[in-house]
Amino acid sequence: MQRGYQSWEFEHRPVLIGAATSVGPEEGQGPLSRDFDLVHEEMNLGEKTWEKAEKKLMEDAAGLAIKKAGLTKEQINFYIGGDLMNQIISSSFAVRSLAIPYLGVFGACSTSMESLAIAAMIVNSGGADYAMAGTCSHNCTVEKQFRYPTEYGSQKPPTAQYTVTGAGASVVAKQGTGPVITRATIGRVVDMGITDPFNMGAAMAPAAVDTLQAHFRDFGIEPGYYDLIVTGDLAAVGYDIARELLQKHKVPIEQTTYQDCGLLIYDREKQKHIVQAGGSGCGCSAVVTYGHLLKRLAAGEFNRMLVVATGALLSPLSYQQGESIPCIAHAVAIEQGKEG
Amino acid sequence: MAMKSKMMMPVQKEYQELAKQKEPARPVLSNCIRAFLVGGVICLIGEGLMLFYQRVGGFSEKAASSPTVVTLILISVLLTSFGLYDKIAQWAGAGTAVPVTGFANSMCSAAIEHKSEGLVLGVGGNMFKLAGSVIVFGTVAAFLIGIIHVLFKLGG
Repeated sequence: MQRGYQSWEFEHRPVLIGAATSVGPEEGQGPLSRDFDLVHEEMNLGEKTWEKAEKKLMEDAAGLAIKKAGLTKEQINFYIGGDLMNQIISSSFAVRSLAIPYLGVFGACSTSMESLAIAAMIVNSGGADYAMAGTCSHNCTVEKQFRYPTEYGSQKPPTAQYTVTGAGASVVAKQGTGPVITRATIGRVVDMGITDPFNMGAAMAPAAVDTLQAHFRDFGIEPGYYDLIVTGDLAAVGYDIARELLQKHKVPIEQTTYQDCGLLIYDREKQKHIVQAGGSGCGCSAVVTYGHLLKRLAAGEFNRMLVVATGALLSPLSYQQGESIPCIAHAVAIEQGKEG
Repeated sequence: MAMKSKMMMPVQKEYQELAKQKEPARPVLSNCIRAFLVGGVICLIGEGLMLFYQRVGGFSEKAASSPTVVTLILISVLLTSFGLYDKIAQWAGAGTAVPVTGFANSMCSAAIEHKSEGLVLGVGGNMFKLAGSVIVFGTVAAFLIGIIHVLFKLGG
């Protein structure tokens, strides 16, 4: 239930009984390749449009997550999901074929943890036996909507991030075997006046720090409580800034291991010409958390982790009109389950 | 880039200074050298084509420029369609953006990208999405220069 000012404690410990990921070729070249369930060789996944390809990624991940949870789609009570497309078409169209009662949410790249927090809240409060959370992004749909045509020859600055082509979905259950979701902190919109859409990491870092501070304050804990804290997609520039801000605000982040999904997903040495500062997009924190991190948790590498997914709430219109970039971050704590 | 400073709160101002500090510097010098080299090579190819059309095609020096531009556009469109132009551009920067090949790439890439929305609203409506402003401001600039030219010609 509510803890502090903006957090939830899930005292019934909802269980993550299944999670699945589906990614594109560039992610398949990255260091986490083996942790993903499906790696597609083609950017278009054999579909006619980029938008259809993104929807297919989501369908793949959602279908697989249900299968891995040992359920059928009819047993899922609610699906909470969203993506970066206008009117969140990728999620809505993917759920159209699943026919699961659906809540569409938008938190830009923070959607992964926003949807997971809501799913956990629903299950924890007795609102459902099984709830799903899912999100996706596709590099080409995002380039097309937010930047330039994919084949347009523009030079990306070193602060730019590469939108992850990937989808992740998870099934949250009242009981079962697997890691448990113990806490969540819902972030505030933070805007430090950054206007450069090619420097999202710098725009989002203050939001991540704000949510982290709120989380520790609301639960009266310190970073050392977690074995691992990861931010969503701050990448090289934002990660550096976040570290400095945490230090400035006297948050003892050195008590724990702090990483960033945008840095974990690619090999920035080998893939530098493409990914620049690192990964971003809804899919970034989703595939790293549901693919890589949950596997490490299951292997017993660590017991408690806090995922702080970060999102930049801009639109191409707001940017062109000279507005700065409002950002948000949502944190969800996942811990080793008793049975697991 | 940042908000106008008069609209900012002190905490925002302070943060932007930090962000600026943490921003990796753009490799301006190497970008300039690359742009010079690639842009120069494209122009060199153009010159070669000009000579080719004059010697082999029997065009006059003036008339040879038309098939030259057409050939460069064709090459650019082919490279764009095979997904290579954007990769070259990441390395070359302004070197591939400034010559006529960059203009062709901007139109071709937009046309390919919006093909999924249909021939009329998609390709037709979006083809000039990036190139449109070049044409508009190119025309405006030509108009202004034309006026200046006429005024000074009349005077002298």
